[in-house]
Amino acid sequence: MKLKKNLALSDSGFVFDPSTGDSFSTNPIGLEIIRMLKEGKTSNDIKAHILKTYMTDDASFEKDFYDFINMLTKHNLVEGGEKEKN
Amino acid sequence: MVKKKKINIAVTGLNAIDSPGPGVPVIRALKESKLFDVRIIGLSYESLEPGIYMHNLVDKTYQVPLPSAGKATLMERLRYINSVEKIDVIIPNFDAELFNFIKLADTLKKDLKINTFLPTLEQFEERHKSNLPEYGKKHKIKIPYSKLIFSVKEIPSLTNEFIYPLVVKGKFYDASIAYTPEQVATYFNKISAKWGLPVIIQQFVHGQEVNVTAIGDGKGNTIGAVPMRKQYITDKGKAWSGISIDDKNLLNMTHKLIKSTKWKGGMELEIIKTSEGDYYLIEINPRFPAWVYLAVGCGQNHPEALVRLALGEKVEPFKKYDIGKLFVRYSWDMIVNLKEFEKISTLGEL
Repeated sequence: MKLKKNLALSDSGFVFDPSTGDSFSTNPIGLEIIRMLKEGKTSNDIKAHILKTYMTDDASFEKDFYDFINMLTKHNLVEGGEKEKN
Repeated sequence: MVKKKKINIAVTGLNAIDSPGPGVPVIRALKESKLFDVRIIGLSYESLEPGIYMHNLVDKTYQVPLPSAGKATLMERLRYINSVEKIDVIIPNFDAELFNFIKLADTLKKDLKINTFLPTLEQFEERHKSNLPEYGKKHKIKIPYSKLIFSVKEIPSLTNEFIYPLVVKGKFYDASIAYTPEQVATYFNKISAKWGLPVIIQQFVHGQEVNVTAIGDGKGNTIGAVPMRKQYITDKGKAWSGISIDDKNLLNMTHKLIKSTKWKGGMELEIIKTSEGDYYLIEINPRFPAWVYLAVGCGQNHPEALVRLALGEKVEPFKKYDIGKLFVRYSWDMIVNLKEFEKISTLGEL
């Protein structure tokens, strides 16, 4: 899964989608995950990093991670969600 | 440092009710021009248009006759105003007055040396709300299904062609969403009493409201275009807050339309973007929108470009604009002395 290339992220967790004008705020973990996705890291890379850095288990990560990905997709922040027309 | 050229510009649209006129934002843009030192002559229709009393923006205001008085009456008034003010450029900002100004454009230039940069009569007429479906076909742009109605008797049969909700629109202004035939009848009566017939019935399209403020050079080139997503929308459907966006589809649509129509002057495209990513053009306004100052904030001073075009200067198209800039509108109560109100009401000048 690839995030839209032009998403703007700030250190405060503010996410801006310049193609739609939508903006969101996320917590520090969400921001970390979005940054890793933008860098092209796979879900396995992200999982390994989160499990190594934070006190969480495999099952909790999987549940929360895929919830988060669904949310990103729903909010149209994923590449391919928008069609180029004309 | 470039020495600014002194110039007198007359501007209409000084009103600011819940559907604000573009005059004041156009003036703000002109006052910030890096090329012109502008003296603004306000042209007002009513004594309570707030721009009349904004002396930091408007140097002198004259009342002008309502569009219904016709072009000869308007020309007579402009002759007088010009004899005092020596106007270089006029920027009309109301749809309803444009017909007269377009008709007078050549005479204004020839007799009074006043420049304008307006759409041609054909461009103006062709994009009327009532002609929009044909316009869409001609310029290959999606338009929501629309129909003109002339009587309340036509309302019951609308269910054969439309799925509720519908949008009921006046030929110049006003649009209301109707969920039942009874609501269509109410809006029909209200809108036809104000703006006349026909009334336009348009299929409601669900989606995000996005607009573009743009300017065409009359040869098919887009001099500037800034797309905006409405962030906060009033009961009248006006953007009270908006954000500039990076939407290539919207820009392509604008460039294509300006190229195909050879649009001359300022314009606003009102578009609905559906969740499927389709773009439906719902309206073309033949002048700058009230939010045009956002374009200035994004690095494209469209009113300044229009003045340069009106003066016959060659203007290079803007190549970029800032993305993610917001406008947040506010209202401001000015305290006005009765003397000023009296002066504009009785003498027609302030």
